[in-house]
Amino acid sequence: MTAPGVEDLLRGLTPQVLGVLVRRHGQFEGCEDAVQEAVLAAAVQWPAEGVPDNPRGWLVTVASRRLIDQIRSDHARRERESATAFETGPEEVPGTDDTLVLLFLCCHPTLTPASATALTLRAVGGLTTAEIARAFLVPEATMAARISRAKQRIKAAGSSFSLPAGPEREERLGIVLHVLYLIFNEGYTASSGGELDRVDLAREAIRLTRLVHAQLPADGEVAGLLALMLLTHARREARSTAAGDLVPLDEQDRARWDRALIDEGTGLAKASLAGPALGPYQLQAAIAATHADAATAAATDWRQVHALYLILERIAPNPMVTLNRAIALAETEGPRAGLALLSTLDGDERMAGHHRLLSVRAHLLEQAGDPAGAYELYRRAAKSTASLAEQRYLESRASRVRPG
Amino acid sequence: MKFLIALHINPAVLDALTDKEKAALGAGHGRFIEGLKASGELITTQALADPSQAAVVSVRNGQPAVTDGPFLEAKEYLGGFYLIDCESKERAIELAAQIPDAAIDGLGVEVRPVMFADGLLEA
Repeated sequence: MTAPGVEDLLRGLTPQVLGVLVRRHGQFEGCEDAVQEAVLAAAVQWPAEGVPDNPRGWLVTVASRRLIDQIRSDHARRERESATAFETGPEEVPGTDDTLVLLFLCCHPTLTPASATALTLRAVGGLTTAEIARAFLVPEATMAARISRAKQRIKAAGSSFSLPAGPEREERLGIVLHVLYLIFNEGYTASSGGELDRVDLAREAIRLTRLVHAQLPADGEVAGLLALMLLTHARREARSTAAGDLVPLDEQDRARWDRALIDEGTGLAKASLAGPALGPYQLQAAIAATHADAATAAATDWRQVHALYLILERIAPNPMVTLNRAIALAETEGPRAGLALLSTLDGDERMAGHHRLLSVRAHLLEQAGDPAGAYELYRRAAKSTASLAEQRYLESRASRVRPG
Repeated sequence: MKFLIALHINPAVLDALTDKEKAALGAGHGRFIEGLKASGELITTQALADPSQAAVVSVRNGQPAVTDGPFLEAKEYLGGFYLIDCESKERAIELAAQIPDAAIDGLGVEVRPVMFADGLLEA
């Protein structure tokens, strides 16, 4: 294992070094491999021999050499002669930050979210293939193939190394934020225990989103996503027991919420709401901030939560949003009103047999005084989920309302 | 998301295939494996020996008892599996449809989501 100081340094330097190389040599694909090799070399050498005076320059030099070796050997294979045209000195490139350009490239629309996620973590996050593979619980060879396929796709699409402009920029930023959200979610839902060696993906997603926010401080959705992550991450310690059982929001020990993260997230969420346009991340952050603001579950301002879900439903209609609004509606108007809203989702193919719809309906039936109906639905919901922790939770809810 | 694609095979159905059809089946699995490897979706695949080689183990009053042969006497049995990691259930189903067994009557290709995993990562 690399010392944490060196690890953080390397992760921060990776996109900078990659940016320098791509600007100098083109060919993102080869440069990305070369930087990964340089980072791996540094992870071995630096803790043993000390961090060089100019770590960024060291990485640029080593990565450039690897790239040239790679070009030469490709060339030699093809033409049986050596290439001399690629010799370059280890000159420093003035401090341009290519993090954003790299993120936009890694979140290319031709990639599947899983591929974009993996490539982003390697090229921008500075994680090794092995670390990413462990984080997603797949073999290293699987992750290596996924990353290499992603780079081939980007190459085939003929992308240039620059920020897209106009509407394409907005669309691409949307993908970048979605990929960061997926990385966070993967870390958030990852089962705990027995995985001490795993990279904390939630923390990594927050770090990368902070980088984007630093580059685009005026973008409300970037701030909204960062706020949403911070406010969600703040509840981390309280959301499961030591045994790994889920604790629902209304039963969490709020003293265990991370105040510093809540303050930062709430500040960001409020500031972003003052901007010209409202997006889904800002609204979700505002909802999370409303929950964070309540000293006890009973003190939750459900009217505000409901109003925010209503706006979210209008700007980004989605059955999951309606489902969440039904929970808020049940809190303000009673469980029957929530159940009535849920019934509007019955015809929605995306929700048919979905464990969340079953479990929310079970919960509202329980509140409405129908333990037999709640029991049936909790049991069905438990069978429908692929998450072990969720299944245990739903089964425990079923036992609580089990008739006679 | 991780899925197990279980291949339920029927020896009588396999035996009835012509040599050409058997070769095509093998080649189809070969191509499927290469495709999964290249896309970074294959975790592992294993094919199992004949059920006559199976042993069923039970322990009663602390005493183990072993019976030769499969647990269930059936026409179909588990012949092997693909363990994959892919984008969604839709993608897993799309992949399962590429397995040649899916096009043969009497062979079953079953997709099931994985709920818990451990121990396969250093493979």
